[in-house]
Amino acid sequence: MSDADVIDPALREEALESLLIERGLADTATIETFIRTYETAVGPMNGAKVVAKAWTDPDYKRRLLADGTAAIAELGFKGPQGEHMVVLENTPAVHHVVVCTLCSCYPWPVLGLPPSWYKDPAYRSRVVREPRAVLAEWGTELAPEVEVRVHDSSSEVRYLVLPQRPSGTESMSEEELAALVTRDAMVGVTEVAAP
Amino acid sequence: MTSSAPALDVDGPAAPPRSNGELVFAEPWEGRAFGLAMAMVDRGVLDYEAFRARLIARISAWERANPRGGDFRYYRCWLAALEDELADRGLVARGDLAVRSAALASRPAGHDHGHEHDHGHGHDHDNGHGHG
Repeated sequence: MSDADVIDPALREEALESLLIERGLADTATIETFIRTYETAVGPMNGAKVVAKAWTDPDYKRRLLADGTAAIAELGFKGPQGEHMVVLENTPAVHHVVVCTLCSCYPWPVLGLPPSWYKDPAYRSRVVREPRAVLAEWGTELAPEVEVRVHDSSSEVRYLVLPQRPSGTESMSEEELAALVTRDAMVGVTEVAAP
Repeated sequence: MTSSAPALDVDGPAAPPRSNGELVFAEPWEGRAFGLAMAMVDRGVLDYEAFRARLIARISAWERANPRGGDFRYYRCWLAALEDELADRGLVARGDLAVRSAALASRPAGHDHGHEHDHGHGHDHDNGHGHG
């Protein structure tokens, strides 16, 4: 066990931060900008806009599936952990679900920082071994003929799932559609429910 | 309260992460540790991939130590990984960090600790770290 495991982490973080600032290796303003950005400005509402646009604009959807990074940047979403985006389209025949088996790689510009369940050792190991059982626990019951594909983000690539557009939404606007799209559906553990 | 909040969906399914079912950071120090690492990546002091390798090592060490699962705390691994990388690169020695942590722990009551500490050096601080 190292000291990191036994000393109050809040105290340790404060100590580390104060040393780094004194040494000119970090600055308070930048630290606080990052915190504020990921607490308030960047989150799954970004990914929801991408999904809604793909549902309503076939040309955009084609660009999104061909080059996720570029098409997502068209909407102004880019930054750390979004440099190599691949968009996975769910269809009646194939359901995609995303994990990071080694740590918690996640597409920050479109989904923000990952929720705790995504980082949890249980999700990371189980969704690879028994994806259908994990999906069922999320309430996602897939027909036996649907192929489930699990994608591991533990490389440069970050994934965004493009869920299926629910029926009964034909008359909805892009903005109304975006409000239906959840974070969990864009990770692939759920589907988007009809309104 | 301000009435000029940005037009974000604060309660719906596409809400910002702080209201999307849970807080982004469970405790303030977690946000500080996140911001600290990213600020150093931003200015080129820290290589994110090198840091990520340390994070993977810390997470896997926790999993080996807790094969049946348990109370996994992601940002403790994050902070430990940051310390590992900075120590091995000679940017913040572990001894320096221990000395500074002890100095902060010995602050008078009303700061982090809810009880009096002696100011004398050589005081045994072990009793002061029971929380967290």
